[in-house]
Amino acid sequence: MGPITTGHYLALSAALLLIGVAGVLTRRSIVVVLMSIELILNAVNINLVAFSSNAQNVRGQIFAMFIIADAVAEAAVGLGILIALFRNKETILADEVDLLKW
Amino acid sequence: MTDHLLSIVLFTPLAGLLVLLLIPSGNSALLRIWANMAAFAGFLVSLPLVFRFNASASGFQFVERADWIPSLGVHYALGIDGISLLLVMLSTIIGFIAVLCSWQSVQSREKGYYAMFLLLQVGVIGVFISLDAFLFYVFWELVLIPMYFIIGLWGGPRRLYAAIKFFLFTLVGSVLMLLGLLALYYLHFQQFGFNSFEISDLMKLNMPLATQQWIFWALFVGFAVKVPMFPLHTWLPDAHVEAPTGGSVILASVMLKMGTYGFMRFSLPLLPAASADRVVVQIIAVLSIIAILYGALVSLVQPDWKKLIAYSSVSHMGFCTLGIFTLNANGLAGSMIQQVSHGISTGLLFLLVGMIYERRHTREISHFGGLAQVMPKFAVAFAIAMFASAGLPLLSGFVGEFTILQGAFQANRTWAVWAVFGVVLAAAYLLWLYQRTMLGKITHDENRVLPDLSWREGAVLLPLIAWTFWIGIYPKPYFDILAKPVAEIVARVHR
Amino acid sequence: MVSALDSLWLIPLFPLIGAAVALLLATFAPGRGKALVSVLCPGTVLLSFIASVSAVAALAKEAARAHQVIFAPWLPSIGAEWGIYLDPLSAVMILIITGIGFLIHLYSVGYMAHEGGYARYFGCLNLFVFFMLLLVMANNYALLFAGWEGVGLCSYLLIGFFYRKHAAAAAGMKAFIVNRVGDAGLLLAILTTFAAFGTIRFAEVAKAPAGGASMTLLALLLFAGAAGKSAQVPLHVWLPDAMEGPTPVSALIHAATMVTAGVYLISRSSAIFSLSPDASAVVAAVGAFTAIFAATIALVQNDIKKVLAYSTISQLGYMFLALGTGAWWVAIFHLFTHAFFKALLFLGAGSVIHALDGEQDLRHMGGLKKALPVTHATMFIAAVAISGIPGLAGFFSKDAILAEAFRSGSTALYVVGLTTAGLTAFYMWRLMHLAFYGERARHASAHEGPWTMRVPLIALAAGSALAGWIGVPEQWYTPAVFRAFPLWIAPVFHQAAHAPAGTPMEWVLMGASAAVALIGVTLARYFYHHRPAMPASFEQSLKPLHGILLNKWYVDEFYERLFVSGLAKGGGRLLSHFDSGVVDGGVNGTAWLTRLSGRVSVWWDEWVVDGAITLGAYFVKLLSYPARLLQNGHLQSYALIFAMGMVALFSVYVFSR
Repeated sequence: MGPITTGHYLALSAALLLIGVAGVLTRRSIVVVLMSIELILNAVNINLVAFSSNAQNVRGQIFAMFIIADAVAEAAVGLGILIALFRNKETILADEVDLLKW
Repeated sequence: MTDHLLSIVLFTPLAGLLVLLLIPSGNSALLRIWANMAAFAGFLVSLPLVFRFNASASGFQFVERADWIPSLGVHYALGIDGISLLLVMLSTIIGFIAVLCSWQSVQSREKGYYAMFLLLQVGVIGVFISLDAFLFYVFWELVLIPMYFIIGLWGGPRRLYAAIKFFLFTLVGSVLMLLGLLALYYLHFQQFGFNSFEISDLMKLNMPLATQQWIFWALFVGFAVKVPMFPLHTWLPDAHVEAPTGGSVILASVMLKMGTYGFMRFSLPLLPAASADRVVVQIIAVLSIIAILYGALVSLVQPDWKKLIAYSSVSHMGFCTLGIFTLNANGLAGSMIQQVSHGISTGLLFLLVGMIYERRHTREISHFGGLAQVMPKFAVAFAIAMFASAGLPLLSGFVGEFTILQGAFQANRTWAVWAVFGVVLAAAYLLWLYQRTMLGKITHDENRVLPDLSWREGAVLLPLIAWTFWIGIYPKPYFDILAKPVAEIVARVHR
Repeated sequence: MVSALDSLWLIPLFPLIGAAVALLLATFAPGRGKALVSVLCPGTVLLSFIASVSAVAALAKEAARAHQVIFAPWLPSIGAEWGIYLDPLSAVMILIITGIGFLIHLYSVGYMAHEGGYARYFGCLNLFVFFMLLLVMANNYALLFAGWEGVGLCSYLLIGFFYRKHAAAAAGMKAFIVNRVGDAGLLLAILTTFAAFGTIRFAEVAKAPAGGASMTLLALLLFAGAAGKSAQVPLHVWLPDAMEGPTPVSALIHAATMVTAGVYLISRSSAIFSLSPDASAVVAAVGAFTAIFAATIALVQNDIKKVLAYSTISQLGYMFLALGTGAWWVAIFHLFTHAFFKALLFLGAGSVIHALDGEQDLRHMGGLKKALPVTHATMFIAAVAISGIPGLAGFFSKDAILAEAFRSGSTALYVVGLTTAGLTAFYMWRLMHLAFYGERARHASAHEGPWTMRVPLIALAAGSALAGWIGVPEQWYTPAVFRAFPLWIAPVFHQAAHAPAGTPMEWVLMGASAAVALIGVTLARYFYHHRPAMPASFEQSLKPLHGILLNKWYVDEFYERLFVSGLAKGGGRLLSHFDSGVVDGGVNGTAWLTRLSGRVSVWWDEWVVDGAITLGAYFVKLLSYPARLLQNGHLQSYALIFAMGMVALFSVYVFSR
């Protein structure tokens, strides 16, 4: 087994991304959808950190920090919307809601 | 120089807003008191501007300048000249009065309402004191959002229609305006090699007439919608009729002036060749005169009290745009005074209509008659506001209209002749309104028991009444304040 | 020593204070402070009168006979300021305004004693005196305009004093709007003056060099303003309606002072009119036509105040006739004498109406001589004066006008003037006979008013009798004191106070006007005293003519036809539908016309302007149908499309390399 290269990280990131996308697209529960979004974001983070270490500077890592903060905010807002949705519609299943049409 | 007076004026309402958000929304009494205090504080902090303003100095005063987004050449640049000073003072005073008059008329979701008002106040003041086109645009759009909600949430039965109409009109206008501003920005980069949105930098641009004309018309649409000029005015009556009283007052008294201010701050100084172009001037003058006569004629037949006053605004603002495009000192100064005067008199009229609406919950003119017997004080106040609006000498409307007519007469006598008919018609539609509502017999029994003005309502009206007398009797300070900036604009246009 | 000229500002200030107090009282404590108002408001005008007298006395001692004080700037753009200009012309005006104004205030104390809105009435009346003083004391046209609009405002408020009555409120509105039409002309005249002379101060305009061809236009614009305020044809329609106001108001505003503001304006602008013979000819022609036109209407009116109103229009026509022939001082002289006897006639009519509890119809009066001796005696003097019987005020001024008309060389003007004099005598004595003589003393309870009403009548009667004696004709060879008026005022117009040497012709003219007056009086006496049945039989045999006169030459109807029916034919059914809703009156006709165009504008607004926007919105909607199919509202189907798009883009990127 050779050393872990940037390529490995990228493969991991790609795998996480695909899992996340699949989760977003297929899971009915919005909670899981949100979790899947976190996966996508973390895939991006891994990508960034990997390139950062590859390029020997910190910009990517700083950006990853931003994304973590963003992910937190997004989760908070997303869950907030989810609660509001549950109050009004009594459901957390994505396919039972078609509010975006209006 | 660096006491940040303008920033204080600008952000006092915002500070008030932040504190307001901490007050629980159930405590409506505290919300009201705090909102009034914040608005009043906004007025108080603007007073030093008047006392420390130097009318004999040219250029901008109280200037503050800091980089905001250096890579784009966006600055946080504030400053006022005589033109802005009058409009800032109008905004702070009317802003306070509009908040005060909502004491009774708004009884639901007070927190949101007052928050929107304070936000609106920030936007309006920001528009009048920005010296950077980008900053100006930000505030310009900032005004749009709270007003949309004020109409859409606290308005009358057709409020959604009115709010959306208002939003669409002004949004389309401001998008075109943004295009114009961006065009100036890119031209500036081409010519000077660095980015800047600052007005003083943009003034150095050297543009051929054709380019100026393109940009002029783009800006024109943005400003003309706000004024509003014929034929872009149809949002105004709907917005006024549906808006709550405070919203109508701010809308008529302050927000319409953003359009005319845009002409005076951007169109004329930045695009002098296009503004002085014969065809352009003719078109705008004709549109203004159409607005004067058309607004007056349409007012004459309105069955709704508020709609009548809304159309009269179209007529009065026609005088303002006519004054601006006479391109001489009298026309411009007259236009500014007319703007202030319109802010006062139309503000008064909307306040009074709001008071009657609170009592009767109708604005149909035919539902009234003989009110002078039941509400004598109300009738007196209405008469003063009406005559101020109709341009009776020794009240504010006359000073503005007369000076505009003088400017129009200098520029083109035919304009003055046409515009004079607007003065005649103004008397007709206002006096007829007065006769149908205040005079004659009491036609509806419900009107017999209406209470006269309360002391709080009197306190709302009194400052504006005093102000209209002041301008009418001794307008010299206003002319002094306006002399320098107006002369600068005229000099640029006629270079 | 402090000269009275240093405190000129006190003259308008007094009534302003009175107005402020009374109006505040009326607004905040209605019905209270009646005693205070009764003393304060006439008192301020009296003080103002005293100040005026001393100021005029001080002015007489000055060599220059013109005094200008400037207090503060007003409208810097046109060089207008708060300033007072006192010369013999404005001196005469302030004496009339404060003197007669005081008498009418005093009269009102009695007349209005039982009416509601007492403080409001006096507040408006004092405010009127203030604005009228502002009008005549202003040193420039813009400030004059402020007073001009101000008196219009007070006129509006006072005509509509009984605002519960629809007719009163409508008459006030009509007066204000018709006046505004003239005022538009005056506004443009001010702007033209500034353009032509570079100043709007009276003193400087009078001295400024001639401005050339625009003088005729300028003069006509000024005349438009004057015609509105002074109710000259074709803007006369508001004055008869203005009689809806309380009678003392009619006496003060619509007889003695405000309506003469037009005469004042034109004589103030005499320098401009001297430069334009064409405009002067127009003024003379309109004046003469108005004089005879209104006199014919006055012949048959049955409302006592309407007779007097048309008489006022007619007498104002005389003044304009004089102005048009360049006889400036004569016009002011007639203004001066007319103020006395017309105010007296109105106050007398007020006494009659007061005594009869509001009855205004002459046909229901008669035989009041016994019940109202003071009123009868004073009105008798006024009627003699206005008829032009030698010896009383009206004779001197009217004769001077006729002489000037004759001298101007226009026979037509003279004949019209002379005929009008005869008509005046006739309708005035018709009024006297119908009201005071005859048998039908139905009103047993009729009685004179309190002393406050009688004293002004007597004072004005003295004025009506004597006021003419300061302007007796040149050929009478009297001492200078009998020619004080022309000597005082003619220099203002740079005219000689002396007419061309008296010729026998002058005596002939004088005899002619006296004879015509006597014929008128005698005819009236014959008709209404000796043969009371004759008027009715005349009415029968001349029914069409009588009808025309009774309906005021159908001017109001003519306006209606011109603006309404003429267009209605073209407009078809829609317009004829509206026609039925049109009320009487030229103003109403015009208002209707403007309302119609308002409706057209609304239609345009809703269908064309708004329609364009709706159409745009419709197209957007049409285009959106395909896009809407994609919108099912499910989050995940959107996300799927999004992901597929990403994959597609990525594939393009990868495979196109």
